Amino acid sequence: MAERKKKLVKTIKVDVDKCNGCRACEVICSAFHAAPKYSGNNPARSRIRVIREPLKDIYVPVYAGEYTAAECMGRDKYVIDGKEYDECGFCRASCPSRDLFKEPDSGLPLKCDMCESDPTLEKPLCVQWCLNDALVYEEREEEVEEEEKPEDVEIGLESLVDKYGLEKVMDSFARMSKSKKG
Amino acid sequence: MRYAETGFNLEIDLSRGSIEKVETAPQLTEFYLGGLGTNAKILWDRVPPETDPFSPDNLLIFGTGLLCGTPAPGCNRTIVTTISPQTQLMAFSMMGGFWAPELKYAGYDKVILRGKSPNLVYLWINNDQVEIRDASHLQGKGAVETQELIRQELKEPKAQVAAIGLAGENRVFFASIEQGRSSASRQGLGAVMGAKGVKAIAVRGTKDIHVAQPVEFMELCNEVLSYIKFREENYIPGVIPILARLGSPQEMAVHDEQWHTENFMWGNSRHRRRDYWNEEIAKAWMETMESMRTRLISCYNCPLKCGATISIPGLPTYMMKCFSKLTYTMAAMSDLDFGFKIAQRATEYGVDGYSTPQVMAFALELYEAGILTDQDLPGMPSENEERFYWLLDRIVRREGIGDVLANGTHWAAQQIGKGAEAYAHNNIKKHEQLPLKLGMLNPIYFLMYCTGEKINITQIEGQFPQAPFPTREEREAFVKEWFQVPDERFKQYFLDWELRGENSMPFYPTVEMCCDIVDWQERMHYIDDALGMCAGLSSFHLKPPYHIHNYPKFISSGAGIDMDEAKLTQAAKRYRTLVRAINIRRGLRRADEKPPEDHWKKRFPELEAKLLDEYYKFKGWNNEGIPTQESLHELGLDYISEDFIQRGILPEKE
Ligand code: SF4
Ligand code: SF4
Ligand code: SF4
Repeated sequence: MAERKKKLVKTIKVDVDKCNGCRACEVICSAFHAAPKYSGNNPARSRIRVIREPLKDIYVPVYAGEYTAAECMGRDKYVIDGKEYDECGFCRASCPSRDLFKEPDSGLPLKCDMCESDPTLEKPLCVQWCLNDALVYEEREEEVEEEEKPEDVEIGLESLVDKYGLEKVMDSFARMSKSKKG
Repeated sequence: MRYAETGFNLEIDLSRGSIEKVETAPQLTEFYLGGLGTNAKILWDRVPPETDPFSPDNLLIFGTGLLCGTPAPGCNRTIVTTISPQTQLMAFSMMGGFWAPELKYAGYDKVILRGKSPNLVYLWINNDQVEIRDASHLQGKGAVETQELIRQELKEPKAQVAAIGLAGENRVFFASIEQGRSSASRQGLGAVMGAKGVKAIAVRGTKDIHVAQPVEFMELCNEVLSYIKFREENYIPGVIPILARLGSPQEMAVHDEQWHTENFMWGNSRHRRRDYWNEEIAKAWMETMESMRTRLISCYNCPLKCGATISIPGLPTYMMKCFSKLTYTMAAMSDLDFGFKIAQRATEYGVDGYSTPQVMAFALELYEAGILTDQDLPGMPSENEERFYWLLDRIVRREGIGDVLANGTHWAAQQIGKGAEAYAHNNIKKHEQLPLKLGMLNPIYFLMYCTGEKINITQIEGQFPQAPFPTREEREAFVKEWFQVPDERFKQYFLDWELRGENSMPFYPTVEMCCDIVDWQERMHYIDDALGMCAGLSSFHLKPPYHIHNYPKFISSGAGIDMDEAKLTQAAKRYRTLVRAINIRRGLRRADEKPPEDHWKKRFPELEAKLLDEYYKFKGWNNEGIPTQESLHELGLDYISEDFIQRGILPEKE
């Protein structure tokens, strides 16, 4: 049985009414995750995406969540205050059904890591750069059951396997390690 | 590796249907920065002065600013450059929004259009894939509507689209290019796009933009953000609301329009209504605003909210910003409800919100004066507001009198004759200006109006207060945290500036000080236009977050170009002079550099002549406003001297 542990729960409260659609959150997120840090930016790599349809007054910042190998059996579609949102509009998954939350070149999944860094940031950067307070950071402690989390590399590999099959990935991997070492 | 810029331009020949991706020389960026600077260089090199604005040989350049696509807050301007059909001079209007960064992410700094497409097309730039696509099904469609239709057709909701409406297709001289909540609307860029047969340019990009020194650059960005925050919490006291807070004038946020409605002119820039504003009007306008404005919105990567979505029951939604909130209302002597409604149609047609209302009011003035008659205006409704809709429809379709009016008040008056010229009274360099008529000559503004080559006062003013503050204490308080000045002497100019007495207008600031002040104000706008910065966070404002002291650092750490204040000042002077040279080659001379005759009641011809004499000298121009060989040499622009000598514009050196 898993152990019960104290865990810091980090929440970003999204107030869509306050969003002005500027996409500063996308800019800073992608800059932060560039290697080396801040050396470049590219909103297409951001782990937060603003769904923006100005003429329909739709502005929804959505955070990248878990990678999923298969899409849902059905789709959802929300209508709120008379505004119809796109299918899967609020879903955070990096999912085969769409190109959201994937690296533009490799297609590898992206996931918000709450700007994990050492030392820890006072607030996630998208929150810091959202001067309109559409994004507000909150944290609290909770007791949770410990679970093992796969590492980034593992998630990435898994998605490659889903896409190309285990054999192909293993082949390429072998080839790459040979050429890198040799 | 290129930093901040991509190092590639997209060259599109519409006559031949060819598309080329061309690498640019990094030296050009060092010399002219980017945006306006390099746009001007291309225009000088490739568009000979005889070129007609609508000829296939004219270029239409969509240039991104050097820092667009980097994390620099508010840096999102597209600088659109061509030869204007209205002024016949170089046009360079800017648009905010989301287009420029998207183009950078697609891998290009500029899109350069030449030639002319045989049928209406649109461009689809999707990273490395660039296509010229048929747009015949979009003919006559609204500029806002078109953007949406293209996104749907491409199944790419994230594409940013710049489009023209019917006015551009029909080459209305004041047609705009619309894009999201922004537009490039001055000087008829939309007409040139229409003449080239291009309905729209759609862009989608998913590539990286790099900066040279990431840590330094981010530090600068964070400083700017905290200063924006500070300024949003501390409005500047003693100035009108639109100057007190950052951003484009916050017309979408404010309800109190007493200042504009009582100080700006109504009709064809004629009537001042001193006691117009009252509680009842305030209430009615507030209700209109609250019922139609859905949300305040911003441009790319900017925390301010200068635009708004306007949804009027029964009409398609559109977006608006700035002073166009009032231009239609005031031209028609009507109210805000009318202003919002007609602006919806005007935005779909794609016309400039400054010129268009004045052109329509001008037509009605001519009608009242009997210069235009019922024969010229067959079928015009009798109701005032209806007349404005009617005229708008005629103009964008170039039907009947609309065909004449579509050329703007200057050209229309020439064509109509019968004394109509006197009614085209609010122009500079043949282009309609803000409807302002004032009393005492302001020497700083005199110079800005005369010599501005962006043809819009808001595109040159900003850094220095528009008027003196009443008391010394207020002035002292103002200069206290004024670190944006390039030199301490500017503080002294302001401290000694009085409302009355010896140190008041028009003879104070002195001619020398005026030159200095105007030069600074202009320089900051030119720097913005090369970097792609919004003037609302920079040159348009007193005490802005971007200024001459932090800009060199932004350029060094962003673009990797070694820069300091002196070098930046020199670079800005260089391409500013290049812009002048293009216009000089197209015939601009001192005689063209004057404000509207009736702009001020009290004029001082001798002082005005002296101001211009001295300012020209200050700028390194001769008495006709032509850059001298010496000053061109100093800027590394000898090729301009050579051209000028060859054309007999400058005399051969003895
Ligand atoms: S930074 Fe804030 S206001 Fe801007 S798009 Fe993101 S969530 Fe919206
Ligand atoms: S919290 Fe950090 S990683 Fe997550 S979306 Fe915001 S900036 Fe990106
Ligand atoms: S200040 Fe206003 S106009 Fe300028 S970039 Fe920001 S939102 Fe756009």
